[in-house]
Amino acid sequence: MAEYKGILVCGELADGKLAAITTELLGCGRKLVDELKEDLSCLLASDAVGGASKEAIAFGADKVYAVEHPALKEYQADSYMQAAEKLAKDISPRVILIGQTSMGRDLAPRLAFRLGTSLTTDCLNLSIDPGTKLLIPTRPAYGGNAQAVFTSESMPQMVTVRTKAMSPLERDDSRKGEVIPTKIDIDTSKVRTKIVETVKEEAVGIKLEDAPVIVSGGRGIGGPQPFQTTLKELADLLHGAVGASRPPADNGWVPEHVHIGLTGKIVAPDIYIAIAISGASQHTAGCSGSKHIIAINKDPEANIFREAEFGVVGKYEEVVPAFTNKLKELLAG
Amino acid sequence: MPVNMIVCCKQVPDPEAPPAVFKVVNNKMTLPPEVKPVIGQYEEFALEAALKIKDTAGGKITALSVGNNFVRDVIKKALAVGGDELILLEDGAFEEGDSWSTANALAAAIKKIGAYDIIFCGRQSSDWDAGQVGLGIAEILGIPAVTLARKVEVSDGKAKVERVIPDGYQVIEVTLPALIVVTSGIGALRYATLKGIMAAAKKQPVVWKPADIGLEPSQIGAAGRRSKLDKLFQPVKESKCEIIEGETVVEAGAKLAVRLREAKLL
Repeated sequence: MAEYKGILVCGELADGKLAAITTELLGCGRKLVDELKEDLSCLLASDAVGGASKEAIAFGADKVYAVEHPALKEYQADSYMQAAEKLAKDISPRVILIGQTSMGRDLAPRLAFRLGTSLTTDCLNLSIDPGTKLLIPTRPAYGGNAQAVFTSESMPQMVTVRTKAMSPLERDDSRKGEVIPTKIDIDTSKVRTKIVETVKEEAVGIKLEDAPVIVSGGRGIGGPQPFQTTLKELADLLHGAVGASRPPADNGWVPEHVHIGLTGKIVAPDIYIAIAISGASQHTAGCSGSKHIIAINKDPEANIFREAEFGVVGKYEEVVPAFTNKLKELLAG
Repeated sequence: MPVNMIVCCKQVPDPEAPPAVFKVVNNKMTLPPEVKPVIGQYEEFALEAALKIKDTAGGKITALSVGNNFVRDVIKKALAVGGDELILLEDGAFEEGDSWSTANALAAAIKKIGAYDIIFCGRQSSDWDAGQVGLGIAEILGIPAVTLARKVEVSDGKAKVERVIPDGYQVIEVTLPALIVVTSGIGALRYATLKGIMAAAKKQPVVWKPADIGLEPSQIGAAGRRSKLDKLFQPVKESKCEIIEGETVVEAGAKLAVRLREAKLL
């Protein structure tokens, strides 16, 4: 039996650079390998990995396996799996860290079943048991109404980690590491899916994930219109973006890409203004990392007031315009 | 061309129940009796995806579930909305499974069912939220899978799938048979018609035991797990919300602006 050692991060690139989630995984991976006194490796697979390898070292990797192949230009499970499976078998890491992202959600379960091991998804916290050296992952369950710790003795121990749950290290370009160009033949005849087209739907303006202020509406908003008027006016005033909980997205009041929550986007702005949002755990899972949460809801018992720092109890149709107008006055003065 | 479809469904406690009723006692989620079981929300979307294909191309929908003590009226909703057949893997030995044991059981049942064009699953169960079983089934069966589907069309032995990505969607083509993992955006599950409810009342689900699908008890349920639940808990959250009040709610709204400026938040 192979000896399982070290931690492997399955990295992601965004516009040719290391994706934010990968810097977060390297940050938490670094802490764990330092306890284990083992190595932190990072897989980067793309048509051209380029300078991202050096970036991965600067963010904490000891070894970067750079796999380049034209079939890896865009993520497709059947091509990426070949790279990830081959590398995982070659280097036998004890732990594999993957982001709970569009790619990670699609890749990680397949890889776990292919490797015959277990996977814990959407982890918020990871530590190592000093005695057994087993990973101790904590993840939410029941829509965020509880948290669970799962352990497994099957190797490698695989987890996906929620975005923004871990902190990256400070970038240090003087860190030493090894870039290992790795040739893996991707058999394109085994790629059983074809990307016919990729369509961008995101509206112009500030991206939700980058917005310092988010004005978010829930089921209580009642329809599509206020998202474009009442909420947008406030968001524009604060140079922020408009978001929503799941019901408005499910009802088609807003596009899916502004849905914040367990199955939508995870955001962590400075200010999160939750309007007519009850605060179901599955929503707060997506916004609880915000620095300051402000709630406006007509129901004083709404769960969102447990999450918020400031709140007003009242109908949003009355509260929000008064709030926006006063704020305009204050910001002008 | 009629499409032969299997939809995997899970019976879960109503996830829309208010957060306050979710209580963990002795490492187990215990819910009061007023929280009724339902078919998971993402499996409802999966059912709707299959029904939409049946509407246009025709075909057959077999709903499949694994667990124990199914509430017949709840799980038979899959028939009432337009499913043709319901197969329940129902036995004490199926209880307390993880993604591995659940995928093993469902894949074995699908092998026994035999012919299919598409297997539909929801993106994640509404209780454990792991999001692994669909892809696990595809791996075990060795068939392609497309995840996060919000629209599915079938023609010429292929499915064209709109897959949600963070800033839009991709159109992905996959040759059938394939497994498709469905997310929201496909549209809410249609209501059962009176005719559908009456027809479902007359149908009995097919019940299979572990031996019926050729599995040893060690491969399923708690015994087939590859991960162990060490702890289930609820972090204590202290509410520290400062409620801004006023003579009227309009005044409260204005005072909120003043307070946030004072606190230098805005």
